Order: sequence, then C-alpha cells, then structure tokens
Amino acid sequence: MRVNVLLIAGAWYVAAALLFLTLGARGDWGFILAFRGQKLLALTVVAAAVAVSTMVFQTITANRILTPAIMGFDALYVLIQTMLVFTLGGAGAFALKGMPMFALETALMIGAAGILFGIMLRRSEDLNRMVLTGIVLGILLRSLSGLLSRLIDPSEYAYVMASSYAQFTNVEGDLLWAATGITITVLALVMLHARRLDVIALGRDNAMILGLEHRREAQRLMVLVTLLVAVSTALVGPIVFFGLLVSAIAYQVAGTWRHATLLPLSALIGAGMLVVCQTLFERVLDLQSNVLVVVEAVGGLVFILLLIRRART
Amino acid sequence: MRPVLLVAGALTALFFLSLALGAGRLGTGSDAVWLLAVSRLPRTAAAMLAGAGLAVAGVIMQMLARNRFVEPATVGTGQAAGLGLVAVALLAPGAPLWFRMLVAMASALLATAGFLALVRRLPFRDPLLVPLTGIVYGGILAAVTGFIAYENDLLQYIDIWMNGEFSGVMLGRYEFLWLAGAATLVAYAFANRFTIAGMGEEMSLSLGLSYGQVMALGLAIVSVVTAVTVVTVGMLPFVGLVVPNIASQLRGDHLRRSLPLLASAGAGLVLTCDILGRIIWYPYEIPVGTILGVIGAAVFIWMLQGRRADAG
Amino acid sequence: MIRCQNLTFSAGGKRILDAVTADAPPGRITALVGPNGAGKSTLLGLMGRLKEPERGQVMLGAEDAAGIPRPIFARRLTALRQATRITPRLTVCDLVGFGRYPHNPGHLTKEDQRIVEACMTDMALDDLADRQIDTLSGGQQQRALIAMVLAQETEILLLDEPLNNLDLSHARRVMNNLSARSRAGRTIVTVLHDLTIAARFADHVVALKDGRVHAEGSPDEVFTPEVLRELYGAEVEVHRINGKPVILPI
Repeated sequence: MRVNVLLIAGAWYVAAALLFLTLGARGDWGFILAFRGQKLLALTVVAAAVAVSTMVFQTITANRILTPAIMGFDALYVLIQTMLVFTLGGAGAFALKGMPMFALETALMIGAAGILFGIMLRRSEDLNRMVLTGIVLGILLRSLSGLLSRLIDPSEYAYVMASSYAQFTNVEGDLLWAATGITITVLALVMLHARRLDVIALGRDNAMILGLEHRREAQRLMVLVTLLVAVSTALVGPIVFFGLLVSAIAYQVAGTWRHATLLPLSALIGAGMLVVCQTLFERVLDLQSNVLVVVEAVGGLVFILLLIRRART
Repeated sequence: MRPVLLVAGALTALFFLSLALGAGRLGTGSDAVWLLAVSRLPRTAAAMLAGAGLAVAGVIMQMLARNRFVEPATVGTGQAAGLGLVAVALLAPGAPLWFRMLVAMASALLATAGFLALVRRLPFRDPLLVPLTGIVYGGILAAVTGFIAYENDLLQYIDIWMNGEFSGVMLGRYEFLWLAGAATLVAYAFANRFTIAGMGEEMSLSLGLSYGQVMALGLAIVSVVTAVTVVTVGMLPFVGLVVPNIASQLRGDHLRRSLPLLASAGAGLVLTCDILGRIIWYPYEIPVGTILGVIGAAVFIWMLQGRRADAG
Repeated sequence: MIRCQNLTFSAGGKRILDAVTADAPPGRITALVGPNGAGKSTLLGLMGRLKEPERGQVMLGAEDAAGIPRPIFARRLTALRQATRITPRLTVCDLVGFGRYPHNPGHLTKEDQRIVEACMTDMALDDLADRQIDTLSGGQQQRALIAMVLAQETEILLLDEPLNNLDLSHARRVMNNLSARSRAGRTIVTVLHDLTIAARFADHVVALKDGRVHAEGSPDEVFTPEVLRELYGAEVEVHRINGKPVILPI
C-alpha cells in the first residue's frame, strides 16, 4: 500500500516532467532539452525544498496548519538580502553576486533564524502566542525590508525588488547547481531522521518520555529547515502557501504517519504539481504571469477548506 | 479620565508639529497661508481621520468576529477594496472618483461579510485560527489582484494603494476621508450595541437586540472606512489591531467609554508615523505604511510577550 | 526508588514548587494528592525531566537523574502526561508500539509485538487496535496512552491523573494493573484526585499544597480529617472499611 502511493506519486512526477520537456517543442531538441531541463530542475528543487521543509516544520511544532513561510522564515531571508545590499552598497552586492552572496546570505539566515525562532519555539507549548508572534514577526520583517529598501538608492533598489517577488524567470546557472547540491544533501539528512520525526510528531513531552533529546533534535532539524527555505527563497523568492497545499495533500493521500513515506511523497507531489502548473501556464494558456501567484491562491483556498472540513468532523 | 487628556494633549502637539514640518520652508505671509491650506493642513487632517477611522473600524471588526487579533487591513477588507479598484480600472477606465470609491466600498463589504461568515464556520472559534484564516483569506484576495494586475500591466497602480502614504494628499484630493470621520461618529452613537454584539448572538438576542442589524451596520462602517482609506491614501496596517488592544487593556471593552480614547490614539499613532516618515530620511519621505508596519508589529510582539507574565 | 531533593521551580515569575523534598519508595505505589494548582503536575514533570528545575535534584537510587543520557533514561522511567493531544493520525496499535521506541528505535521485533499486544489487552483495547486515535472517546484515548506508557516496561512509572475520563470498571482495571506491577517491583508515582481510591491502592502518600510538601506518610497517617481540612480547606469524614480509609465530604 505504502509503496504504491510512492510509485503513483513518482509516476505523476515523471509524467509531468516529460510533458514539460516535450510539449510544443519544435526545432533543435538539444537546445530545447537543455533549456527546459534547467527550468525543470529549478522547479523540482524548489518544490522539494518547500514541501519537505514544511512537513518537518509541522512535525516539530506538532501542528498541520503552520509553515516556515507563515512563520516569517522567507521574510527573514528577504530582509537579510536587503540588509546586505544596504550595507555593502549596490557595487559591493554586485561584486559578490551569485555564489558568495548566496553563501553569505544563508549563513546569516541560519544565525538569525536560530536566534529569532529559537526564542519563539522555546515556548512552543503556547501555540496561539507562538503563531501570532510568528505572523506578526513576518509582517515586521517585511516592513523592515520595505523601510530599508526605501533608504537604498533607486538604482540599487532594482536589485532588491528582483529578489523579493517569487518568480522562475531569472534562475542563475551556478546558483541552481549549488542549490541542487544543498537540497539533495539536506533531504538525505532529513530522511535519516525519518524515524525520529515519527516520535517527535507525538509532541514534545511524549518524545522526551520516549528518550529523545527533543530540544537538540528540534534545533538540528530547524537548521535543516532553514537551509531548505534559504535555497528556495534564493532561487525564486518567497513562497507562502505552496508548502501548506502540498503537505495537506500528502497527509490526505499518504494513509500513513511514517515520515519515511511522507517526506518523499510530499516532495514528489509538490514537484509534479508545480511542473504541471508551469506547463499549463507556459504552453497551454500562454500566460506571461507568474505561476506561483496562482499556486499561492489555490494553496490559500485549500487551507481554508481544510479548516472548515475539520470543523465539521 | 487621565489617558484621554494625555492623548488629547499629545495629539494637539503632534498636530502643530505636523503643520510645521515639510520639505518646503514655512515662511510668512500669504505664501505660508497658502502652503498650510493646500498641503499641510489637508495632510494632517488626512492622517488623523484615517487613524481614528481605522482604529474604530478595527475594534468593530474585533467585536463582530469576537476575536482580538483581527483588523480590516489583514483579513481581506483592504485587499478586496483593491480588487474592486483594479476591476474598475479594467472595465471602466475613465470612471469618476466617486464611482471607484463606491465599487471599492461594495467589494470591501462583500469580502468582510464573507470573512465573518467563514469565521462562524470555524471550529469553536479557536482564537488562533480566526486571525490565521483572515490572513490567508486576505492573501488569496491579494494574489488574485496581483495576478490580474500583472496580466494587465497594472502592478505600478496597485503598488500605490498597497502601501499607504500621505505625500500626495492635497486640498481637493482627500475630502472623502471625512466620510471615515463620519463613520466614526456613527460608531460612537451605536457604541453600546457593538459592545453587546461583541458578547455574541445569544447574548444580543436575550437583550432584545437585532444581531443582524448590528452586524450590517458594523460591516458598513468597517467597509466605508477601509475603502475610503485605501482609495485616498492606501493601506495602513496595524492601526486597527494595535490601538484597540492597548485601549482595551487601559479602559476595558465598554465601547461607549473607550471609543474617544481609541479614536484619538489611532489619530495620534498615524500622525506620529507620518511625521517620523518625513523626518527619518529628510528631505525624502518614507511611506507611513512602512513605518506603521515596523512600529505596529514591534509593539504588537511586545504586547504578546508581555501578556506572558500575567498569564503564566 | 526515586527521590526529589529540594526541587524548586518557577514559571512566569510565579513560584510553582518551593524546595520540595519527597520520596517514592521502590516497589510501591506513591499517590500525589493536593488541591488544584498545588504543583502536582509540575513535580511529576520535573521527576520525568520534562522540565528543568531551578534548584534541586531528582535521584534515581544513588544516581542524579540529570546525568543519565535521555535514551537510557527512557528505558528506566516513563511518564503519562495530562491532556496529551496526538496530532498524527495513528492507530491504537501504532501508538502503543511507540512505547517500544526507547528499546528498539527501528522496527518492532517479535518480542516488542508481544509486549504491545499484552499491554493493549491489559487496557482492554484489543477490539480498538486498528482504530484511529482521533476517532476514539476521551476514555479510550486515555487507555491507549496508558498502554503506550506500560509498553515502555520501565522500572519507574509516573502517571498524571491516569483515571481521567475513565469509568469505574476501567479505573479499577488500571489501578489493579498498577498494583500488580508494583508488586512485581516497579516504582509507581501517580497523581490522584479520588482520595478513597488513593487510600485503597497507594502505599505511600505525598500531599502538596502551594508548592510545598504539606504531609507525607502512609494513607492512614495522611488521610485524617485534620490534615485534609488544612490541605483542601474542606470538611470531610474519614470512615474505615476493611481497615482502609474512606473519605466523604460533609
């Protein structure tokens, strides 16, 4: 049964990928496949990073309606980007553009996330307060980015603007390869934690009673979550509700609570979905707009439907 | 009575400070009078009206949703007003201002009614789920608006009212905001009914109040204030959230007693942020919406953490 | 045996426990009693190392509990907490199976399976084994959680109001099971609100009030009208049936 679900999700992803690579292709196949292949890789890496980081985050907080994005992780990354441009200046930021910048941003992000969310999660029993603090923190971080970006020269401002809206159009080659490497490594590490995640899902007290160093495990996993968020935000900008949508679907169809199945399942479902949406957008509907905007809206709708359904049962 | 006096005093001081501040020097004679009448005075009035209106709209929203953590700017009212504006820009590009305003109000009203209907279906009105749902709901509306705007090259246009600022306020371009002031007075006249509605439908009925009527009136006030603000100066976050929460701690939730304080505190907050926005990067300006986002969010987080001590 | 030495704990600027020193003798049932807000759950949390004390220590025999690595600690001590909400959609059998995690973090062995099934039988859960936890009633969920704790097979068991939501027959089943386990040498500490049940099953009683130990001793010593009046501020009659105290409010 479990194997079947994974196989179906895998087939769904492969079908989506083939469709994306071949649909409406005309002319030089070598060029088309290379061009589309790179985009396919970007879509897949982002979807997997968002899906897995969301699921791990939900397990740590023992909650299925929170995501790192709702709690302000993405906003933190954008703020760090803006701060770097602000302090280094446009020329400095341009000199570091690409890998060095990404490394610097990610390092800062892990530090800042550790401090901010460490404080917030210490009181994780009080879910209400934690969530509200997180949401408002997100608004605060976004406003701070806005404030800083106003203080930046208009010419340098363009650099920030490009990175604060989610889009797949300008993914850079170098960055993509680094992001792919990091994502694969982090996903492997998370999979090694699959059994421990099953225990953590029982809640803090139960996990400790069963012999898990909850705090240390949660911290370690949170670093992995932060890395994944950094990767996806660096590639395409902030994505808020997509993770929620994917994890909700994954829980629905999985029929199991084991993370060894849930994690790859959500990554496959998410990647397939993003690729299908992108195919529809680019090839079928011929829209210029950003696919993520639509995925976000659908994710939000699913969230509300989930809440109402939960209210009925 | 002391907080009210304090706020009133501070408000007067801010009022004159706002009149005195600006990129141009305030000279003497008729030029100065002209500058005051055309630019400074309207700007100051706009900030105060918007602030008072949004604070009151916030508290009414909280009474109707029976949750302290909602406000029009985050639960879709403001976003819906924006959606209405985009629709007008697409379907009737040359429409006069009053028509755009009307459409914005109507869509704000619809969206807010939709949100309240949604809240009633949530499990046990979980205090956390209500604001969370509101934020997602607002996010969907914003995404739809963003999508339409992107497809039709209107992003620049929506950016203007997504981020509130007062630098464009001049005589003849802000007068609709007096509607927000009027809505505030209406709210004060019906204050007791909103307080009762805040205790729930059953309580309202047993006190002989038509819950539906109060709900409709509240919705109307919230939508008018929000739409007017969005159309004239743009979205101002957090006023409707932070001010009512602080006022409720100082004065309790009896609206008849707390509304004057609430309205003047809202006016003071927005005016302060506008003044800060003019000072920080002088002679350039930072939009008041950005300043509010920073200050409002910081205060709100501080409040959330501060409540830990007495709850613990 | 488990001993609390001078345990002090505060939360939100309020002192919850103030220098609590108490013993739970080995192979006995110790009942933790006292009015609401006396600090019983907090004390249990500290004993199970779910919270860090401000001052003081918890000793397992001659060892400081804080020095034991948690995976090993989990094989020696388990705790049932109050109002546990399980988020994942687990079956009863899955949940009880998690009790074996400290012994065997991989998949369950045959021996683990046997223990899990025995514990489910102990809690009369055989018919519910494949039901999802969130479809169960409060009492059924409580029994499933107790079964999980039992499956951990530790020498020390801490239970916070294990009889919550349980009817008379299941309450009796739980208490008899705990009695049997204590006779087999396990040390049990349990918060109980029903003093008559505490008197019937416990060997040792620790009474907490306002974060301090108000009285400690055998049920006969603690359950007297005088002590209980001071403890709860309520008038009670203490009768004896078959030599055990029966407490009735007046």
